[in-house]
Amino acid sequence: MSNIAIRVENLSKQYRIGGKQERYKTLRDTLTDAIAAPFRRAGRLLRGQATSAAELNETIWALKEISCEVKHGEVVGIVGRNGAGKSTLLKILSRITEPTEGFAEIHGRVGSLLEVGTGFHPELTGRENIYLSGAILGMRRAEIERKFDEIVAFTEVEKFIDTPVKHYSSGMYLRLAFAVAAHLEPEILLVDEVLAVGDAAFQKKCLGKMENVAKEGRTVLFVSHHMGSVASLSTKGIFLEQGRIQCFSDINSVIDAYSHSLKQGNFFVKRTAGSTAYIESAQIVSSGSIETDQTLTFEVCVFSKGVLDTSLNWRLKNEFGMPLSFGCPHVQLGKTYRLKAGINRFLITIGPLPLAEGDYTISLDLDIPWIEYMDRIEDCLQFSVLSCILGSKGHSLKTAWRIGSVIFPFEIHPVE
Amino acid sequence: METIALLENRGIKSNVAAVDAAPMPVIQIRPSKGWVSLKLDELWEYRELLYFLVWRDLKVRYKQTVLGIAWAIIQPFFTMIVFSLFFGKLAKVPSDGIPYAIFSFAALVPWTFFANGLSMASNSLVDSANLIKKVYFPRLTIPLAIVLSGVVDFVLAFAVLLGMMFYFGIAPTFNVIWLPLLLLLALVTSLGVSLWLSAMNVQFRDVRYTIPFLTQFWLFATPIAYPSSLLSEPWRTLYGINPMAGVVEGFRWALLSTNTMPGPIVIVSSLAALFVLVSGTYYFCRMERTFADVI
Repeated sequence: MSNIAIRVENLSKQYRIGGKQERYKTLRDTLTDAIAAPFRRAGRLLRGQATSAAELNETIWALKEISCEVKHGEVVGIVGRNGAGKSTLLKILSRITEPTEGFAEIHGRVGSLLEVGTGFHPELTGRENIYLSGAILGMRRAEIERKFDEIVAFTEVEKFIDTPVKHYSSGMYLRLAFAVAAHLEPEILLVDEVLAVGDAAFQKKCLGKMENVAKEGRTVLFVSHHMGSVASLSTKGIFLEQGRIQCFSDINSVIDAYSHSLKQGNFFVKRTAGSTAYIESAQIVSSGSIETDQTLTFEVCVFSKGVLDTSLNWRLKNEFGMPLSFGCPHVQLGKTYRLKAGINRFLITIGPLPLAEGDYTISLDLDIPWIEYMDRIEDCLQFSVLSCILGSKGHSLKTAWRIGSVIFPFEIHPVE
Repeated sequence: METIALLENRGIKSNVAAVDAAPMPVIQIRPSKGWVSLKLDELWEYRELLYFLVWRDLKVRYKQTVLGIAWAIIQPFFTMIVFSLFFGKLAKVPSDGIPYAIFSFAALVPWTFFANGLSMASNSLVDSANLIKKVYFPRLTIPLAIVLSGVVDFVLAFAVLLGMMFYFGIAPTFNVIWLPLLLLLALVTSLGVSLWLSAMNVQFRDVRYTIPFLTQFWLFATPIAYPSSLLSEPWRTLYGINPMAGVVEGFRWALLSTNTMPGPIVIVSSLAALFVLVSGTYYFCRMERTFADVI
């Protein structure tokens, strides 16, 4: 018996952007498109908006020449930014969509969990949905019957098991959905970001379940933005960037490579012009990687069509997306800033930042205090705190340990 | 065998190893080219899912309706009343020598099965977009389950048909043994057309708007309100190219003993239905790989 669970060779997937954006085509659209498209393309070439034939085709490679091998019993975390091709890879491996080129071979029964609550029907009761969803996810009827009690116990909604799920709270719904999914027992499990749901206690339970699955010697491929769980669950990792494998190695080097790439995300440029005033660009001007208790400086360019009194606010989040702090000049400094028409530059320095080692993001808001939000950009700047020396002992505190992100000074005095 | 050793090294219970010892299926993923395989063996593999989907459709179909399952009877019954009034009484359409009410109802029962299956199954893929984008299974099960679940509605309406035969004092003959095959013919036709339309609907949402028009047109193109004996041979046999003509004439012959001898027309209908089913299945399987991307 070969020890290879998944073998992927030169797998590529091409999407037509046009087809992806305007999903609902009608026959009339197809016909008019067929007539108009050549003219539109020629027009673009003449205007110099497109330079090559490839650009004219309006296609995008969601995955390009992916090759890798996963052995039985390995738990592989897939990381990468939004749109890097993580979900596409899982979709191809679970046979939902076909690759454009290349080849993959999977040894064993595959279960895929790309969504929580796949196949749930709101009109059916919890009990009925367990059977239905189980069958859709690939469980045999006998298997569902055998595990039924265990599944119900896991959901913690025993009392409502004969109530239609449309009357469930969203939390109960998630519990039920995950319980079914968690009891899938294929040799190979493909999981997409399903851990990011539910309350903290439930998340912990799900993580525990995932860990068990991994310990049972099953092969797991899972996508997550949650570096903590990736690091603790996986043995190997794949780092995807723009459809290509940047790094396929043991999990620690993959996380390093990924966070290194994130650190380069220290500038932001707005793509489209918006309302009367908007944040046009932002950039970290001090180093994008700082040490604990250092300051961070970034420059923000705001475009305004007229003269406005505004407040430019920032928010700081840790790598789990948890808000840590905010700065609002209007509230904290009692100031608004008058924008002139055109580009306005601001230099903002925050800190010293008592932050633990980890990755952080800054979000920016532009508003007219108490009147109107002009613009709001989430997580546009990224920076990391590289090391933090606590006292002279040289211990560092990492956010990934989930101890906390902010380091407060404190004192302990023994009392006699 | 390495895997088992590996698992045992990790201190895993032996029953896991026993499961692993079963031959592992090997799945190959590559872009499909040219003629695709129909993967009927895989459909068989997923028969339990098909069962659950049929069961779901039955459970959900009449949820939160006041009249519930009675709808299965109301539809053909009221159409029959309208037809009897306008075609039977006013237009004096001939009815092969039997009361017009039962003449039209015997045709409307299989017709309703066909038309409801067709219109629901044709929208079924689009309605299941969430499933199609998130989990793999043979997509054929979706329209197939819808058409199959219609059989329950058919059985109910058929019971009413038997009641009406009793009322009019018409005894069924030995010919009723052909009924299951005639029902199968209706099912094959419904499924065949649904496969074409549901797959096309994924790409072109125009189909959704075409279906009510199509079923209405087809209703009058089928000898439901009138007998096919209005036509002379060979045109009557050629009429069988519309598979529902064979079904309807077959039903009347089997239940009401109209001496119309529908043999040739049913044979033509069966061939036509088979053609629609096979071509529909091929078209469906060919389009299947793009469903998740365009739906």
